[in-house]
Amino acid sequence: MNPTAGNPLALVRQHVLDAGGIADHDLERALGTLMRGAVDNADLYFEVSRQESWTLEDGIVKEGAHSIEQGVGVRAMAGEKTGFAYSDEVLVPALLQASQAAGAIVRQGQQGRVQAWQPRAGHRLYEPVDPLPTLRDDDKVALLQRVDREVRALDPRVKQVVASLAAAHDVVLVCASDGTMAADVRPLVRFNISVIVEDGDKREQGYAGGGGRFGYDHLGPERLLDFGREAVRQALVNLDAVPAPSGEMIVVLGPGWPGVLLHEAIGHGLEGDFNRKGTSAFTGRIGERVASELCTVVDDGTLPGRRGSLNMDDEGTPTRNTVLIENGILKGYLQDKMNARLMGVESTGNGRRQSFAHTPMPRMTNTYMLAGPHHPDEIIASVKKGVYARNFGGGQVDITSGKFVFSATEAYRIENGKIGAPIRDATLVGDGPTVLNRVTMVGNDLALDTGIGVCGKEGQSVPVGVGQPTLRIDGLTVGGTGGDE
Amino acid sequence: MSDRTSLTIASGLGTLQEKVAGALKLAKQLGATQAEAHANFGTGFSVNVRMREVETLRHQRDQGLSITVWLGHRKGTASTSDLRPDALEESVRKACALAKYGAEDSASGLADADRLATAIPDLGLYHPWAIDPARAIELATACEAAALDADPRVTNSEGASVSTSEGLRVYGNSHGFLAGYPESDHSYTCSVVATGNGAMETDYEYAVARSAADLPSPESVGAEAGRRTAARLGGIKPETRVAPVLFPARVARGLIGHLLGAISGGALYRKSTFLVDALGKPVFAGRVTIDEQPHLLKGLNSAPFDNEGVATSDRRLVDAGVLRGYLLGSYYARKLGMQTTGNAGGAHNLVVHSTAGGFDDLVRQMGTGLIIADLMGSGINPVTGDYSRGASGFWVENGEIRHPVTEVTIAGNLKEMYQGILAIGSDVDRRGGVITGSILVDRMTIAGS
Ligand SMILES: [Zn+2]
Repeated sequence: MNPTAGNPLALVRQHVLDAGGIADHDLERALGTLMRGAVDNADLYFEVSRQESWTLEDGIVKEGAHSIEQGVGVRAMAGEKTGFAYSDEVLVPALLQASQAAGAIVRQGQQGRVQAWQPRAGHRLYEPVDPLPTLRDDDKVALLQRVDREVRALDPRVKQVVASLAAAHDVVLVCASDGTMAADVRPLVRFNISVIVEDGDKREQGYAGGGGRFGYDHLGPERLLDFGREAVRQALVNLDAVPAPSGEMIVVLGPGWPGVLLHEAIGHGLEGDFNRKGTSAFTGRIGERVASELCTVVDDGTLPGRRGSLNMDDEGTPTRNTVLIENGILKGYLQDKMNARLMGVESTGNGRRQSFAHTPMPRMTNTYMLAGPHHPDEIIASVKKGVYARNFGGGQVDITSGKFVFSATEAYRIENGKIGAPIRDATLVGDGPTVLNRVTMVGNDLALDTGIGVCGKEGQSVPVGVGQPTLRIDGLTVGGTGGDE
Repeated sequence: MSDRTSLTIASGLGTLQEKVAGALKLAKQLGATQAEAHANFGTGFSVNVRMREVETLRHQRDQGLSITVWLGHRKGTASTSDLRPDALEESVRKACALAKYGAEDSASGLADADRLATAIPDLGLYHPWAIDPARAIELATACEAAALDADPRVTNSEGASVSTSEGLRVYGNSHGFLAGYPESDHSYTCSVVATGNGAMETDYEYAVARSAADLPSPESVGAEAGRRTAARLGGIKPETRVAPVLFPARVARGLIGHLLGAISGGALYRKSTFLVDALGKPVFAGRVTIDEQPHLLKGLNSAPFDNEGVATSDRRLVDAGVLRGYLLGSYYARKLGMQTTGNAGGAHNLVVHSTAGGFDDLVRQMGTGLIIADLMGSGINPVTGDYSRGASGFWVENGEIRHPVTEVTIAGNLKEMYQGILAIGSDVDRRGGVITGSILVDRMTIAGS
């Protein structure tokens, strides 16, 4: 079914629960089983997810793939304890069995109270569409073939193109002992392209992609071709790249996806679980200066159609725009219900999980820095000697020490205020709590990424967004093989 | 109640095989020229104890079936976690429908029938652990306590966990192959936080084995986690320089792991590897020899057959530095004009031969350089082999550890790093699919201040 109109909650209930014959009294019974003893809160998370992908290589679509996953995750929380079980059957006996298992974390005590349902509407940041049928299957194949043809025609040095289209239709329903009863229909589409270019015995790879919470119709041929051109451009730039310098230097980060720096250096360290446990380098630092006053960083789950956006988080709390750092001062953490309760604050709508088979944690949505006063050209011109990093691969952070690392996939030397030779595969390392204190210029060119981010935490992956304007950072360690500066 | 909840490890193998056979039969009825199906079932639980209190108890139960069909040489795939007959039928129909949109690709299809495994050796992969959550909590508590008590500077914890899982794998195809086997995995993990001079560091230790009887004591795992973490305190950022680097066994596994991607069929065919046309050529220093041993008893990556049912067998992958084979499944083997090597789905236990004494011997041999404790980031370009990653560790001078090192990068090129391997220690780490001792590399750029 395709719940495109009317009350999403009613439609999702029909889609998810009715098929398994699960009625309100079954939900109440399951929550009642969970709410034993000292249990503070319990929830049930139903999910039905369908995904497809189409992959082109050698100019042909070699394979279409389709998958269906469904199930219910059952959780009981008592103080800092969590009991969790799941079943990939959305049926009454399985639900009650999982509830027994999850509730066993607390063994004795009085029966807890289950609040009456209070159906709550979330945002309407995206249409509750099923994206899979928004394009005919043969049109998906034709679209990929067209992109392949046109991208190969861009430059004779393009030797290989691998492109894929993927879509997911994720329907979720949350009901909890605190009276939460909420549903969301989450479309997500994505296009990826990677190219190999060859020039003599030199070979390089280029990559681009994007997507968001909409149907395939928002990813028209022109947008896909733009990604193709971008992948080729990056690969060709890197053919001429020289080894990256090494040592500490001034680094200018480009706008958009390089905001992955904020995600790694700041965002993870501000997740509520680490701060409750005291294992984050940012623990206990609310109200302190952690960045230059040019920096204001937010986590905003309410941007329409973005990959990292959600009408509600996976605990049924509507998402928000949460200020993390305001003019350099640390303002807040990202919270789910459990950590919010234990820290005596409100959930910020950041309780997310990979699927029904995983437990929620505080997670980012779209994390970005607001625009500043400087023209990007002015920022480059201000640097006598340094590195301009325009695009990145992945990053990683050690929450506790605050040390982070990320890898530039497109970067250049800056010499006397001008962008110089491209450099290859530079890795940047730094320290989260101090790096933003070294931001001396912030561009007026805020951009968000194209919709490619995947964040991993404790083995769970969720889609996220990042963004930033051009930034000048005075002192990041660049790791290449090109010798000391 | 449906038939699905009745699946258990003990009785489930037959049920899964029936479901696979049924899916293959239906695919044939729907006109498939060829078909293959994988089915799996797994169950288990994990507990986490943090600051001497139970934090989480997680029960796990997964199942799924994935079917691939070919209409001629056109391919479609569908998978489902719902194993009831209606859902399976829908998946098979979906795979057939998708195949109609696939392009004709003469290399696409099942592995050749004469390569399929004819005997399924018992590799000792299944050893259920008779443990309940209460006992697991006791073990995790003991593990974490040993970490917290290992050093007064260990002040906080991310917890210790005990995890047990068992599962079934079944594979069948329309050549008439149908086989499956049970397996198990059990583990301890412990991660703690140490504090000193206002700074915090974290590190971890773990143990994993097919049989709980092969796990070390939880106390020893915890004590090692505590010792490792406290040792990280007080790290300084050294000056940028070129020096030898010692990858301890647990990190060295990743260094050899980069070889696996570089010699896999897809990367070779796309030439998206730094090892194009490297077969028969010296890829490593002459002292390096690597075997693939798929039938290692209780091995974490052991398998009697690969993802296409092709029989696996022992072979020498790198002989005195020379690359002797690729990692190929049928599809890319055909594309490359070669034969499958039984590696659809990856490598099965790479064993790197030791060339030297223990870890301390390697530290002495290095003289002055960096011991890696931890690597961060994904700074490896698979096409060029350029390697640049964040690192922390210990600085060594004249064969002795001087101080911890933090916030540096190490950079080089994998081709040169492989040629620059000076020694492989006898301190073999068996906790993964690559079984190796510590590896000493002659020179890398270490970027600090
Ligand atoms: Zn992340």
